[in-house]
Amino acid sequence: MSKEEVVLLDFWASPFCGRVKIALAEKGVEYEHREEDVLGSKSELLLNSNPIHKKVPVLLHNGKPVCESTVIVNYIDEAWPSPPLLPTCPYERARARFWGDFIDKKIFEGGAKIWGSKGEALEVGKKDFIEILKQLEGTLGEKDFFCGDNFGFVDILLIPLTTWFYAYEKFGGFKVEDECPKFSVWVKRCMQRESVAKALPEPEKVYEAVVMLRKMNGIE
Amino acid sequence: MAEEVKLFRTWSSPFSLRIVWALKIKGVEYETIFEDLYDKSPSLLQYNPAHKKIPILVHSGKPIAESYVILEYIDETWKETPLLPEDPYERAMARFWAKFGDDKVLTSIVWGVFIKEGKEQEEAMVEAMKNLWLLEEELRGKKFFGGERIGFLDLALGWLANFISILEDVAGLKIVDEDKFPLLSAWMKDFADSPIIKDNWPPRDKMIAKFQALRDEKLAAAAAASK
Repeated sequence: MSKEEVVLLDFWASPFCGRVKIALAEKGVEYEHREEDVLGSKSELLLNSNPIHKKVPVLLHNGKPVCESTVIVNYIDEAWPSPPLLPTCPYERARARFWGDFIDKKIFEGGAKIWGSKGEALEVGKKDFIEILKQLEGTLGEKDFFCGDNFGFVDILLIPLTTWFYAYEKFGGFKVEDECPKFSVWVKRCMQRESVAKALPEPEKVYEAVVMLRKMNGIE
Repeated sequence: MAEEVKLFRTWSSPFSLRIVWALKIKGVEYETIFEDLYDKSPSLLQYNPAHKKIPILVHSGKPIAESYVILEYIDETWKETPLLPEDPYERAMARFWAKFGDDKVLTSIVWGVFIKEGKEQEEAMVEAMKNLWLLEEELRGKKFFGGERIGFLDLALGWLANFISILEDVAGLKIVDEDKFPLLSAWMKDFADSPIIKDNWPPRDKMIAKFQALRDEKLAAAAAASK
């Protein structure tokens, strides 16, 4: 029996699961990966481990479940302290947590207003989404990563969400690269990291899944 | 060297109260700036341009926004009387339940039960009861959510200890029944009467007036929308 048992309940298209996979890879933590059929039938283990939300990702560490992707990423950082995902100085840590919270509140929901609507509502959604990306672009500034020279917490929370951007671009008729070029450079920089490239799905595959979601929600 | 600590808040915001409690529990001296959210100060807009909200903590000129972010910053900067537990798993649980408190408990009670009536309110009440029951279970074997003494999760959920009775009075219904939620009721009383906490509740009469106005406004808007 290995001394640390780490299991991840996962769904391939979920950007929230992507965050956890990247964090574990950055820390060099070995884990067992279990794919959940989230649109079909969820496993007993998932329903028992996350009875409140019944969602992925769930990280099980020696049998104890941790739920909610941002809580999980913080947990991974604290349970395996090296290399650190957050800066050392309290103010910079607060800045990182603030932008992590901003990303949690704005990006996925903002994107849903594009793929989940049409006509005027879609146009408004697109405009708002681009505004949000511009705010993030502003906070990134001239830095390589959101907290400076090192890939870390904020990058980990955000980069998986960008795998859904291709779908938003197709439905919204825009390109992130044209609207926010510096943001696109950051995306490419992150995608060069092995931990990121291995964890994330192809945006084209995500697009196919979103097309299906759109039909299921009766939007066409 | 004196460090300048300022808290931008409103008199009634439960999110601001978390910060007041944390600073006082840690014995941190600070200056309060009360904001009028209908007439936000240039400082507020400068310190929190992303959300334009309170609370904002400004420490030696550097602003921090979002109440849970501020609480963690306070805990890391002033290390006496720690708020979060030491163990990473316990810390994850505190953060998980704090998020649940805002996303589900507060939403279902204030934006569900409180501002609705009739059948809509009944349905919202079912959801609110489910959420409160989960908190009741979480208290099993503990005096406070933090264990023997008040911690991060108590501060996160602390608004319940005062706001619930105000919402119940204004809406004319019981939300936290002592028979259904004995542990939660006991915690609400213990928390509300704790040193520091008991001296910092907003004035009850002003709260009743404010929440009455909120309920009236929301019910009127709903009635107008359904015409």
